Amino acid sequence: MIDFWILLTGALVASCCGILGAFLVLRKMAMIGDAISHSVLPGIVIAFMISGSRDSFAMLLGASLLGLVTVFLIQMFKQSGVQADASIGVVFTALFAVGVVLVSLNARQVDLDLDCVLYGEIAYVHWNTWSMSGVDLGPKAVWLLGFTLLVILAVLGLFYKQFKLCAFDPALAAALGIPVALFHYLLMGLVSMATVSSFESVGAILVVGLLIIPASTAYLLTDRLGRMIALSAGIGVLSTVIGYGAAVVLDASIAGCMVCAAALLFVLAFLFSPKHGLVARAARRRRLSRQQLGA
Amino acid sequence: MTKNALHIEGLSVAYQKKPVLCNVSFEVKEGQLVGVVGPNGAGKSTLIKAALGLIPSLTGQVQVYGRPYKQQRRLVGYVPQRESVDWDFPTNALDVVVMGRYGHLGWFRRPGAKEKRIAMECLAKVGMTDYADRQISQLSGGQQQRVFLARALAQDAQLYFMDEPFVGVDAATEKAIIQLLQELKRQGKTVIVVHHDLATVEEYFDSVLLLNVELRAYGLTRDVFTRTNLHQTYGGKLAFLDREKVSL
Amino acid sequence: MIERLASLFTDPNTQWILFGCMLLGLCSGVVGCFSYLRKQSLMGDTLAHAALPGICIAFMLTGTKSMLLFLIGAGISGVIATFGIGWITRYSRIKSDAAMGIILSSFFGIGIVLLTQIQHSNYGNQSGLDKFLFGQAASMIGSDVWTMMIVCGILLFVCALLFKELKLFSFDPGFARGLGYPTAVLDQLLMFFIVIAVVVGIQAVGVVLVAALLITPAVSARYWTDRLGVMVVLAGIFGAVSGALGTLLSSMVQNLPTGPLSVLSATAVFCLSVLCGPRRGVLSKYYQTARMKRRIQTDNSGQSQSIKEGAAS
Repeated sequence: MIDFWILLTGALVASCCGILGAFLVLRKMAMIGDAISHSVLPGIVIAFMISGSRDSFAMLLGASLLGLVTVFLIQMFKQSGVQADASIGVVFTALFAVGVVLVSLNARQVDLDLDCVLYGEIAYVHWNTWSMSGVDLGPKAVWLLGFTLLVILAVLGLFYKQFKLCAFDPALAAALGIPVALFHYLLMGLVSMATVSSFESVGAILVVGLLIIPASTAYLLTDRLGRMIALSAGIGVLSTVIGYGAAVVLDASIAGCMVCAAALLFVLAFLFSPKHGLVARAARRRRLSRQQLGA
Repeated sequence: MTKNALHIEGLSVAYQKKPVLCNVSFEVKEGQLVGVVGPNGAGKSTLIKAALGLIPSLTGQVQVYGRPYKQQRRLVGYVPQRESVDWDFPTNALDVVVMGRYGHLGWFRRPGAKEKRIAMECLAKVGMTDYADRQISQLSGGQQQRVFLARALAQDAQLYFMDEPFVGVDAATEKAIIQLLQELKRQGKTVIVVHHDLATVEEYFDSVLLLNVELRAYGLTRDVFTRTNLHQTYGGKLAFLDREKVSL
Repeated sequence: MIERLASLFTDPNTQWILFGCMLLGLCSGVVGCFSYLRKQSLMGDTLAHAALPGICIAFMLTGTKSMLLFLIGAGISGVIATFGIGWITRYSRIKSDAAMGIILSSFFGIGIVLLTQIQHSNYGNQSGLDKFLFGQAASMIGSDVWTMMIVCGILLFVCALLFKELKLFSFDPGFARGLGYPTAVLDQLLMFFIVIAVVVGIQAVGVVLVAALLITPAVSARYWTDRLGVMVVLAGIFGAVSGALGTLLSSMVQNLPTGPLSVLSATAVFCLSVLCGPRRGVLSKYYQTARMKRRIQTDNSGQSQSIKEGAAS
């Protein structure tokens, strides 16, 4: 049963991250995902100090709001002339520092282990369950992640075409009267939500891994956006399963192993993808040069 | 009497200290083919982007068919520069053309069979039917430009803005594009094209707008496209133009 | 509180920490300038995360905690990481931002796995290693600072010596190659500088926040000058001041870690620069735009005036 809950949590995290990651990779905003995953920390701490619990929906909203603030600040500094990379770096490190200071100041009230902020504690997921009138309804994390996944699916399902056009050609989207900024912040809000609800189970940096690595793997495997999103989620789930297996065998950090598994799958796709892989490219080049010689 | 398709009044744009576009005012009658010409950094693309509200303008108003642009979005089609998008995006040519219909679909409707049919018709008009299923990164520069044109056709607009549609395309595509522009004109549509090749201006456009931060001259090509006006627009750079033997 | 502040100037331990943090800020400020100008600010972040497996492996192989060994380990994994990013962007259609994210998180994942391995097996003094995630300036001792001093001294000396070459390389690598500069060497050298700054900083401020000291002072310095030489010096000063402020603040309030406070001090300097920087700052820009708008508007009314006059005549 413990295995089941851990795997379910991992699969939910991977699906949330995989779906959104596809958009991040296509919009060249992978590092903004990294920034958000770090800078929600102060939001989590503040919400925790106010609500006193770690996985309330209030915390989800509060911390997601901070993700939006991050994106807004990055945008603001970029517009005032700071390079994109640098403004990302300045903003997320500053907010993360605020988070660490807050945790240190309230070490007694806040039961947040800083190390877990970085790599999570998915192994303990089943301890923190949600029960209603005596009936055990399963881990709270699963409910939180399930809710997040539902929101993501609903929003993307409704506005798929807008998200697609904003990712491909924002100029045309704006000219057609689609509120590009609104969809930008909506996407970022979803990323923040996914990050916050995954935070406890896999930690800040491994969330980034599950956001970016499976999506990049899928990007190497298909030429259609819809398929890329589905593949990305699928690959993410596969890496959590492989990762969990490896973690049990090696007796190592589960979340760490999950990201390593995702990285391994990426390397496989990088080498052997039928269309964009290294091997396929080399074969194509050899065939071309042979044709050239033949002609 | 022909209507005014576009009316721009006192449009100014500045990036920080430098004015890029200074107090530009002009109107375009319906059914015209207008070339926007000027040296590098003259604000040609900026003019289009500011008119479409893609970048903030300091001052000025834009009216399309007598009403503010924001109310008339559906009447306006846009062909951005080819480099403005990532051609590695996982999608095919047909899908890109379908995007042109998004403005007509409203917020929640998804593109269906009707949109696909319209998109196929538009692809046929630019001679790209055989490439509908092709991943867009596998198209040549000229084919990519044709896909963009097909997408603009799918927008089914009255007034088109095109940003350098002739850059980096082969001769066949250039010819196909200009035929398409003539066809649009015959249908009574208005097209405004940012253009950089002075040698073909007289052949392609009825009217020409000479721009160098300020509006230097605007009118029928045979009246406006003169050596004096070009001198004034291009300044010292005209020595280079003379060497190119522009037929004036 | 005053007692604590006084103790800062008498207690040799605190003095070492203060000195170490200033040195760290100085070094990373200088190195950060070059990566900012090469538009590789997040490279510091990536290399900081990528250093973790290298440090873990160095520790697992030798069983000792020494800065020199860590430097070698982090250096090797940093080189592998930069090559990895290069390969991914060159041989696939994945763009550099995603490549960085992939390398960053997978190296960190490996690092975390190794770290848990170290914790689960019986390495003697393993307790210090997990402090590297968030840093602990208080654990710095005299000998650490001596090592830092030597390493940073060499780094600054090389920077000064090769200033002209690094400047040209950061500005226009193509031209530098045309002049016959060994650009691959310079590239790796700058990368190695970042690794040095990261390893030196990792003990004090930790994996995540060490990137801030590489980015923030450099960006702040950019607001005050248009000359690279001045910018490098300014960034060094800003970094050192942030390090000093961070140490002072953390010694005054209990429970507050030095690293995050140094980062927040650097951020404060940054915000000040963004607001008040001459020409690039928000206030000065706001003033310029307002003036421009006024000028164009007077132009407009002047023009319509002349049109009316023309119509009258």
